[in-house]
Amino acid sequence: MSDLAVETHGLRKRFGRKLAVADLSLSVRQGEVFGFLGPNGAGKTTSLKMLLGLVAPSAGRAALLGAPVGDRRARAGVGFLPEHFRFQDWLTGREILRFHGRLFGLHGRALHARADALLERVRLTEAADRKLREYSKGMLQRVGLALALVNEPRLVFLDEPTSGLDPIGRLLVRDVIRELRERGVTVFLNSHLLGEVEVTCDRVTFIKGGRTLREMTLGEETAGVEVELRVGPLDAETAAGLARFGRLLSPAAGAANESAAALAAGPGATGWHRLKVADDAALPEIARWLVGRGVALHELRTVRRSLEALFLEIMGDDQAPG
Amino acid sequence: MKRLLVVVHLTLHEAMRRRVLLAALLGGLAFLILYGVGFHFIARDVGRNARMTLIEKRVALNAITLAGLYAVNLLAMMSAVLLPVDTLSGEIASGSMQALAAKPVRRVEILLGKWLAYVLVVAGYLAGMAGGVLLVARAIGHFTPPGITGGIPLMLVEVVLLVSVSIAGGTRLSTVTNGMMAFGLYGLAFIGNWVEQIGTYVDNQAARDVGTVASLLMPAEALWQRAAWMMQPALMRDLRVTPFSPASVPSPAMVWWAAAYTLVVVIIAARSFAKRGL
Repeated sequence: MSDLAVETHGLRKRFGRKLAVADLSLSVRQGEVFGFLGPNGAGKTTSLKMLLGLVAPSAGRAALLGAPVGDRRARAGVGFLPEHFRFQDWLTGREILRFHGRLFGLHGRALHARADALLERVRLTEAADRKLREYSKGMLQRVGLALALVNEPRLVFLDEPTSGLDPIGRLLVRDVIRELRERGVTVFLNSHLLGEVEVTCDRVTFIKGGRTLREMTLGEETAGVEVELRVGPLDAETAAGLARFGRLLSPAAGAANESAAALAAGPGATGWHRLKVADDAALPEIARWLVGRGVALHELRTVRRSLEALFLEIMGDDQAPG
Repeated sequence: MKRLLVVVHLTLHEAMRRRVLLAALLGGLAFLILYGVGFHFIARDVGRNARMTLIEKRVALNAITLAGLYAVNLLAMMSAVLLPVDTLSGEIASGSMQALAAKPVRRVEILLGKWLAYVLVVAGYLAGMAGGVLLVARAIGHFTPPGITGGIPLMLVEVVLLVSVSIAGGTRLSTVTNGMMAFGLYGLAFIGNWVEQIGTYVDNQAARDVGTVASLLMPAEALWQRAAWMMQPALMRDLRVTPFSPASVPSPAMVWWAAAYTLVVVIIAARSFAKRGL
């Protein structure tokens, strides 16, 4: 059995003359929390719909939990919270959970117990017998989250799960995602809130124009501390020796405006150098080592790189607000 | 099958919660009371009229009963189009269909579940209303028209056909467009039938052919014409003294055509819904 919860190869979707998804290839391992990132119009929603069998791909192939997309047995193990959650608002919270549970084959006491437990988990027990039309946006989002979990899924797609939620609601969603990860459930998270993604996801993929740009483990790029150094001229040995403290970074990438020209000059010139270290503890060591080698250290500062910065860097500077 | 029944249950639940059934019940009750009062006065005068023969009195009572059934047919036809008109298009437009279709349920189960639920609602409405009209005729006029075991089922076939057309349109069209399309088709059948009747009356074959083509495109009105023809005595059919005695009677083949038409529409609807993006 495949250890991939989601696998796509060259997935493509064309609506008439518009190419919504050009070439989506990604792999999501079972048990991980996976972030699906991209600007508006990048093809995220269409990709999600193809994975859920709501839209047929024009080309390519995809599998969920080892079975081709659309397979009903695989879908029995999948939960889904749509971005714009709307459902029969004449039902109560309890009724809609029971209805969805029956579509998964649950019935009787097991169904009732499951519905009650989920209502408790999303803190809607007191509102359980009120009609959905009386729910606030946040309450609807929470009942939608409960619906996505009614079948105890092995894979959950959450499309903007925290939109419409207040900070307490966001914490609740974060806790639920953490619990799912602890239980080995794969979470496929589509969110514009990069801060949320940063604290909840293990890996992310960036897509743009319906193509996968980059897929990576979050810690690889955002963990640790970036150090920027403004120093006098370095000999080649000293410049290379900086690598003992961490990973040397490309001078041009993410450079501050005022130092861009100096960075471009590279080793040998007075200017900026960047490297990534594990934590702040390395800073005094770096300073001592440079001074010990007779290098003039003018400035040493740390930069914490956020996912947002990484997002902007990967997406490039041709982005307009969506 | 279980999931199909869950969809049926949800759809019926929706009809109850939205007070559709209550509105139909109250409206139907008001209609039957009004009809009963009217029938009472007409039947009383017909009974007292010494100049009318027994046959004329029965023809009069038959005509009033058919008028009631005609009104029931019209109401049931409108219900058959309007009730399911947004059941698919509305849920697709609002996005709520996504949550349903992402479940381990086949699209055809969703479609057939909704179709079955609305067939039950509209057929129940028709049966209740037609039964009420027949009960009024029996209780007040001591009269039951002939051929009701053949006529009422034909009316049922008509509403099933219209439910199917309305649901099929909802797989691709918006709610308003779908409603316009379904009523437009019914209007085509209605006027086509009149053209055929008048064409028969004036012996114009071309006009009759136009009517036949209209009935083939939408056989709903032809089913009512045949049902009405069946629910009256031979004398009344021959005399053509009421608007319910068609000059050109749809053949039994038209009934089979309507049944096949319904089946094909449901199959097309299932295929269309299965293929569309949500």
